[in-house]
Amino acid sequence: MSHITSQMLIDFVYHEADLLDTKALDAWLALFAQDGVYWMPLQPDQQDARLMGSLMYEDRVLLATRVERLKGKRTFSQQPESRCHHLLQQPRVLQVHDQGGRTRTASHYTETRADEQVIYAGWATHDLQIESGELRIRCKRVDLVNCDAAFGNIQLFM
Amino acid sequence: MNAYATSNQALQSLIRSHEVHRDVFTSPEIFELEMQRLFSRTWVYVGHASQVPEVGDYFATTVGDQSVVMVRHATDDIRVIYNRCAHKGVQVVSEGQGNTGKYFRCPYHAWTYRTDGRLLAIPLKQGYDEAALAHCEASQGMKSVGAVHVYRDFVFCRLSEQGESFTDFFGDSLSTLDNMVDRSPEGKLAVVGGVFRYMHACNWKMLVENQTDTCHPMVAHESSAGTAVKVWKAAPEGTPKPAAVELFAPFVSPYEFFEGMGIRTWRNGHGHTGTADSIHAAYSPIPGYWEAMEAAYGEQRAKQILGEVRHNTVYFPNIMVKGPIQCLRLFKPIAANRTLVESWTFKLVGAPDELLARTLLYQRLINAPTSVVGHDDLEMYERAQRSLHTRAAQWVNVGRLQEQGEGQQPEAVVNGTSEAQIRNQYRAWLKYMTQEGAA
Repeated sequence: MSHITSQMLIDFVYHEADLLDTKALDAWLALFAQDGVYWMPLQPDQQDARLMGSLMYEDRVLLATRVERLKGKRTFSQQPESRCHHLLQQPRVLQVHDQGGRTRTASHYTETRADEQVIYAGWATHDLQIESGELRIRCKRVDLVNCDAAFGNIQLFM
Repeated sequence: MNAYATSNQALQSLIRSHEVHRDVFTSPEIFELEMQRLFSRTWVYVGHASQVPEVGDYFATTVGDQSVVMVRHATDDIRVIYNRCAHKGVQVVSEGQGNTGKYFRCPYHAWTYRTDGRLLAIPLKQGYDEAALAHCEASQGMKSVGAVHVYRDFVFCRLSEQGESFTDFFGDSLSTLDNMVDRSPEGKLAVVGGVFRYMHACNWKMLVENQTDTCHPMVAHESSAGTAVKVWKAAPEGTPKPAAVELFAPFVSPYEFFEGMGIRTWRNGHGHTGTADSIHAAYSPIPGYWEAMEAAYGEQRAKQILGEVRHNTVYFPNIMVKGPIQCLRLFKPIAANRTLVESWTFKLVGAPDELLARTLLYQRLINAPTSVVGHDDLEMYERAQRSLHTRAAQWVNVGRLQEQGEGQQPEAVVNGTSEAQIRNQYRAWLKYMTQEGAA
């Protein structure tokens, strides 16, 4: 793949959300670059993931742990299972270049479990790059509009 | 529905030596009495001096169900006053922190107060009869809590004007706070990194109990910590152990490990796990830290400080402190079935940043609302909160490794899987719920 278009970046973001909503989590995990991270800051406009708290700042090992855990027979917080739903605004392409690009996508994310349904609103920023000929996630950053609020369990991926 | 308010005997009947009645967790009346009595008579954590470094800096929070503001009134004088305007009862500052300058000003009618709460000025004061106003509660301004004590920058208060002194209440348990502070080469901590706020649909005491419950990690956290270990083991040979796995793995240590960890109890419901060993004992050294400690304290003292491996120290009623990981969890009671857990992070001033990075990693992995370990625990608390409503069976068992004469010594060290500290908490609970005298 040599020529990245804006549409390819946009399609990637929709595809990624679809994998999450259909719980194709192994396929979702494979979208991350080897050094890819999933980041959910704890504060608005947060710049530092190391010396500031974050809700999540996870590499592939930690993401794989989550994905494996969700399948576990003794994962009682998933009995019954949670489900999720992403409603995305069309991604805005902030950068596009030979090796990838960056998008920002407003979304409403719904996570349900049994009779409980919680809706979150925020923005996802995808930093995408070519790895082994495919677009991969270097960083998916999820900024919740209320990132510093008190939350109950957030068990799936936004 | 006032059975407990008027009868200490009724309260006593809830706590047996090895069992606790479900009403302690489910009854709104008990919760209300806890707010009026327990959280008034005990020394409750408010905040840390580093959150209000300058004169006029404030931090608004709650003590039990009471809205308070901690404020630096003078360089060496931190006050805790009720966050309530004497006029119409309006909350004077919203929760969070800021600097109020020389005085607080109510946003409703501009009544103003000095930072010790004394009434400063009322607009159109000529409209009040001075003698009459002097007899009104309003003339007292924003009231102060009963007593405040700042211990090595940790700010505690007792809402009640009378009661046990700070020293009597905590006794030797303060050694955990000492150790956490001493881990800074400069003997100084600072609150940094933001606060994790995690809402729990359960009673606050389930969380306090869990802190020294060493028979659950290998069971409840098999799904999280156990899976992390499994995922890492599947990595190609020679892959360095990720820091996250180093933090997760000890949770699924066998029972024997936790037995050997040991538990120490102190009077008044305080106690800790990890007298001899702990899940925090075997972390990799952080480059530069030992050198800084040795330079500050000398080899022998530095070894002594860092050789302390205390795991979770419960300061009754509602905080837990981890010295080796520099965090504090505050279990804020909201209702019988609702608790806000705040996890605060401390920086060891003068120590390498890597220590702070590790604490924040720990907080993300274990204490955040997105934490898989948190999910494991909360699921258990919520299931308990639901099923404790069972009428056919009404007692919670806390009888593991109970010994004769427990609680008669000011301090005891026991097997690490004992529920002695949990029983210790319920003895303290009963003491402060039934104590005679002013609430």
